[in-house]
Amino acid sequence: MSNAPAPSFDIPPGTAVWARDLTRTFGTFVAVDALSFDVAEGEVFGFLGANGAGKTTAMKMLTGLLAPSSGEALVAGINVAADPDAVKRRIGYMSQRFALYDDLTVRENVRFFGGLYNLPPAVVRERLDALLADLALERSADERVGRLPLGWKQRLAFGVALLHRPAVVFLDEPTGGVDPATRRQFWETIYATAQRGTTVFVTTHYMDEAEYCDRVSIMVDGRLAALGTPAELKARFGTDSMDGVFLRLARNG
Amino acid sequence: MSAFRSLVVKETRHILRDRQTLGVLLALPVVMVLLFGFAIRTDVQDVRVLVVDAARDGQSLDLTRAVAATPALRLVGVDGAPAAIEPALRTGRASVALVLPAAFGASFARGTAEVLVVTDGTTPNYAAAAEGYVRQVVQTWAAQQGARAPTVRVATRMRFNPEMKSEALFVPGLLAYVLTLVSALMTALSISREKESGTMEVLLVSPLRPGAMVVGKVAPYLVLAFVNALTALAVARFVFHVPMRGSLAALLVATLAYMLGSLALGVLISSKTPDQRTAMMGTLLGLLLPTLALSGFVFPISSMPAWIRPVTQIVPATWYILAARGAMLKGLGFTGLAKELIVLFAMAALLLVAASRSLKDRL
Amino acid sequence: MRALLALVRKEIVQVLRDRVMRIQIVLPPMVQLLLLAQVMTFEVKHTNLAVVDFDRSTASARLVEAFTSTGRFGVVLDTPSPARADDALLRRQAGAVLAIPEGFARDLRSGRAPTVQLVLNAEDGAAAGVVQGYAANVLAGFARAEAATSPPAMTQRFVRARPGVQVETRRLFNPTGAYRPSMALGLLASLVSIIGILLTSQNIAREREIGTLEQLNVTPLTRSTFLLGKMLPFWALGLLELALGLLIVRYGFGVAFVGSPLLVFAAAALYLPAVLGLGLLISTAAQTQQQAMFLTFFALVTMLFLGGIFTPVRSMPAWAQAVAACNPVQHFAETIRAVLLRGATAREVAGHLAATVAFGAVVLPLAVLRYRKTAD
Repeated sequence: MSNAPAPSFDIPPGTAVWARDLTRTFGTFVAVDALSFDVAEGEVFGFLGANGAGKTTAMKMLTGLLAPSSGEALVAGINVAADPDAVKRRIGYMSQRFALYDDLTVRENVRFFGGLYNLPPAVVRERLDALLADLALERSADERVGRLPLGWKQRLAFGVALLHRPAVVFLDEPTGGVDPATRRQFWETIYATAQRGTTVFVTTHYMDEAEYCDRVSIMVDGRLAALGTPAELKARFGTDSMDGVFLRLARNG
Repeated sequence: MSAFRSLVVKETRHILRDRQTLGVLLALPVVMVLLFGFAIRTDVQDVRVLVVDAARDGQSLDLTRAVAATPALRLVGVDGAPAAIEPALRTGRASVALVLPAAFGASFARGTAEVLVVTDGTTPNYAAAAEGYVRQVVQTWAAQQGARAPTVRVATRMRFNPEMKSEALFVPGLLAYVLTLVSALMTALSISREKESGTMEVLLVSPLRPGAMVVGKVAPYLVLAFVNALTALAVARFVFHVPMRGSLAALLVATLAYMLGSLALGVLISSKTPDQRTAMMGTLLGLLLPTLALSGFVFPISSMPAWIRPVTQIVPATWYILAARGAMLKGLGFTGLAKELIVLFAMAALLLVAASRSLKDRL
Repeated sequence: MRALLALVRKEIVQVLRDRVMRIQIVLPPMVQLLLLAQVMTFEVKHTNLAVVDFDRSTASARLVEAFTSTGRFGVVLDTPSPARADDALLRRQAGAVLAIPEGFARDLRSGRAPTVQLVLNAEDGAAAGVVQGYAANVLAGFARAEAATSPPAMTQRFVRARPGVQVETRRLFNPTGAYRPSMALGLLASLVSIIGILLTSQNIAREREIGTLEQLNVTPLTRSTFLLGKMLPFWALGLLELALGLLIVRYGFGVAFVGSPLLVFAAAALYLPAVLGLGLLISTAAQTQQQAMFLTFFALVTMLFLGGIFTPVRSMPAWAQAVAACNPVQHFAETIRAVLLRGATAREVAGHLAATVAFGAVVLPLAVLRYRKTAD
C-alpha cells in the first residue's frame, strides 16, 4: 500500500505485463518459482499448465490478489506490489468461478460493477446497451443472472470484466465446462477484444485453445517450462499439435 | 450397512478436519458455563441506595450508617432534598431511595416515625428485592433501638437449593442452551452445506434410506454434543460444586434423548431452507431467544399467561431443564424422572421421523 | 461515492430480492417480540400451597385465610404430615409449604412472636424469591391485623415496648407494576442487535464462499468504502426494525413512552455501527459461513446474557460488571429503557451513548485493518 515510487526497470515500450523472478511460496512449498516473461500490448497470451502447476497463483500475484514472496511484476506500467489499487483500475479479471451475483439481474450486475469502477451512469448505460447487443441478450436484461445458461453467464462475465475498458484483462480458465460451440464464440470475443488493443492474458488447459493464442507459456511445477508462438513450440518439440508439446514437457518434467 | 458406515466416517472426517470449528465447539460449552456460572446472578446484590435525609439528626445519621453497613446495599449518596430522587433513579445512579423526613429522631422517640422507600419500578422483582432489603435494614435498626419485634416471625427454607446458588439454577438451563444450539446448528449447517455444494444430490441418489442417512449424519455430532454435555457437567460439578443428588445415569439418558431431538431439529430446519445462510438465520432466530424465554430457564413458567403455558410444553428444553434440575437438585432417579424421560424420547422420535420424512420429500 | 452507492444499492436489492430473507428479517423478530414479551415476567400469579397446621386453632385458620385471600395462594393440600407436604413439593404439586407450629395461637395471644415455617421450591430460584416476598407481605399484614384486633393483654405488652418505624413504599415509572414495558424494550434492543450482527457477520463470509469477494478485490474499491457500503443498508434496516418494534410496544402493548422516541432513534443511529462493525469484524476473521456463525453465536450469547436485559447487571460480580461496561448491547438496552420508561434526557444517557460510540470507534477501524484485499 506504500506510495513509494516504483523502482525504474528497463522495460521496452509497448509492454503490458512484465514479470521478473516472480516467486510465491506457501511454507516450504514453492507454488511459483522465479517466473519471468513479457506480454506485449494487444497480445493474446496463453498461460498453460496442468492443474496445480501454479497458473492461478501466478495470475493472483499479477492481479494484486496475492502478495509475491519475491520478484517484481509490472502490469500496465504499474508495480503491482507497490500500488495494487492503481493496477486494479487498469485491469479486468474473470475468475474460474463464475463471479457475478446470481440473485441480481444482468442490468443490476453491470450497473453495480460500473459503479465500483466509478463510471458515470450515462457511460454505464451506453456500455450496457452495447454489451447486451453484442451478446444478443437484450431481452434478458432484467433476468436474474442465475437463470442464464452457463455459456451466456461466462460471456457476460467477460463483458463485465471489460466494462471499464482495462488495458489488460486476465481470464482464469474462462471456458471451463461449456460446449465447443460456445467456446468458439468466446474465443471470437477474445480476438475482437485484442484487436481493440486490450491485452488478453488467459489460462486454459484446453490445448486446442492454445492454438488460438499469439504466444503461449507452459508452466510445469511452478516453473516456466516453455514460451513462444504455438508454431515455434511445435517446431521446437517436433510435434504437430500443442497437445504433443504439452505431453513432451509433462513427461520430461 | 457399509454405505451407512462410510457416511459416518465421512461426516467424522468433516468434523475433525476443520480444527478451528472443532476447537470452538469443544471450548464453547466450557467457556459458557464458566462465564455465566460466575457472572449471572438472579438474586439481587449491590443495590444502589440514595438516602434523602431531611432530618440530619443523630437518629437519621445512625440509620444512614446502618444502610451503608449492609452488604447487599451500596450507599451512593446522601442528599437533603427529595428532588434528587427522580434524576438519580432515572439515570440509574440509584435503584432505591430512602427518605427520612424532617425531625425523624423526634418522631421516632414518640413512636410515630415514618420513612418512605422509593424504587425504580421498571423491573418489579428488582424493586421488590430492593424494598425488602431497605425495609429490613430499617426494622432491624429500629429493633436495636428498642422498638417492638414483629408479631409473627417466619423461617424460610429454600428447599432443593438452600443457599440459593445461582449456579445450581443456571447450569441445567445453560446445558440445555448449549446443547440445543450446538447440535441443531451443527447438523443444520452440515446438511445445508452439502445442499449448496451439490453433494446432497449424490447422497440422495445413493442406496441409503433417508432414515439411515439422518442417523448417519447425526451420529458423529451426537458424540460431539455428548462430549460437550460431559465437560459442561464436569465444570458445574468441580468448579461450581453444583450438587448431583440424584442419578447421573438418568441425567445422561435424558441428555441423550434431548440431543437426539435437537439434532433432528437441525436436519428438519436445513431441509426446509435453501442455503446455509437461511438455515443459520432460522436456527439462531428461531432458537436463541425462545429457548431462553420459553423453557423456564430464566423466567418461571408458572408466571406466564395461561394461554402460553401449553407452548412451553412443546419446547424440548422445558423438559430437559426439569429433568436436569430433578436429577441435580431434587435427588431424583429414573422413576422420579419417568415422565420427563418419556416426553423427551417421544419428542426425539417424532423429530427424527419428521426429519427423515423431510429428506425423503426432496426426492 | 459512485462505488459506495453501487454497493449500497446492490446490498439492498439482494436483501429485498430473497423471499426467505425478506420474511426472516421481519417476521420472526416481530413475532418474538409479541410473544416473548408476554412470557418474560417474574411475577408469580398463583402459588399452590401445602399447609401443615399443627395448631388447628382459629388463629392458624386466619393465617391460612390471609394467604388465600390475596388470590396469589391456593391451598392444594392440608396435611398433618410434613413428609407428605415435602413429597408434594418434590412432585411440583405444591410450590410452597406453610408449616404452623403447635402453640401458634397461644404465643400470638401472649405476645411471644411465634415462628411459622415457609418452605419454598427453590428449584426455580427466581420464582422462589418472588413468592418469598409475597409471603412476607402476607405475614406483615396478618401481624398488623392481629395487633389491631387483639385482646387487651396483648396490646398492653406492646404499649410498654417502643413502636417501630412505619415503612411506606412507592414505585416510580411503572404504576401498574408490570414487567412487560421493561422486558419488551429489552427484547427489542436484543432483536435489533441480533439481526444486525447476524446479517453483517455472514455477509462477507458468504461472498467469499461464492467467489464474488475475489471479484470485488480486483476492483479499485477501497476497504473502507467496501465496509461502509456493507454497513449502511443494515444500519437502515436496523432503524426500520426498531421503528416497527416501537410501534408494537407502543400500540400493541399500550406502553406509554415517557421520554422522546426521537432520542431513541438518535441513540440507535449511534449504536448500530458498533454492532454492525462487530459483525463485519467477525466476517473478516472467518473463512467460512460456518465459522462466522459460531463466532457470531458466541458473541451474541455473551452480549445478551451479560447485557442486563434479563438479569440485573448490578448483581454481577465486579469483573463481570466491568465486562458489561464494554458491552454495547447493555448500554443500548439501558438507554432505551431509561429514555422511554423513565424519561431520561439526552444529557442523562450521554454516558451510555459515548460508550457505544467508543465501541464502534474500536471495532470499525479494526474491521477495516483486518480486511485484506491482497492476501499475504
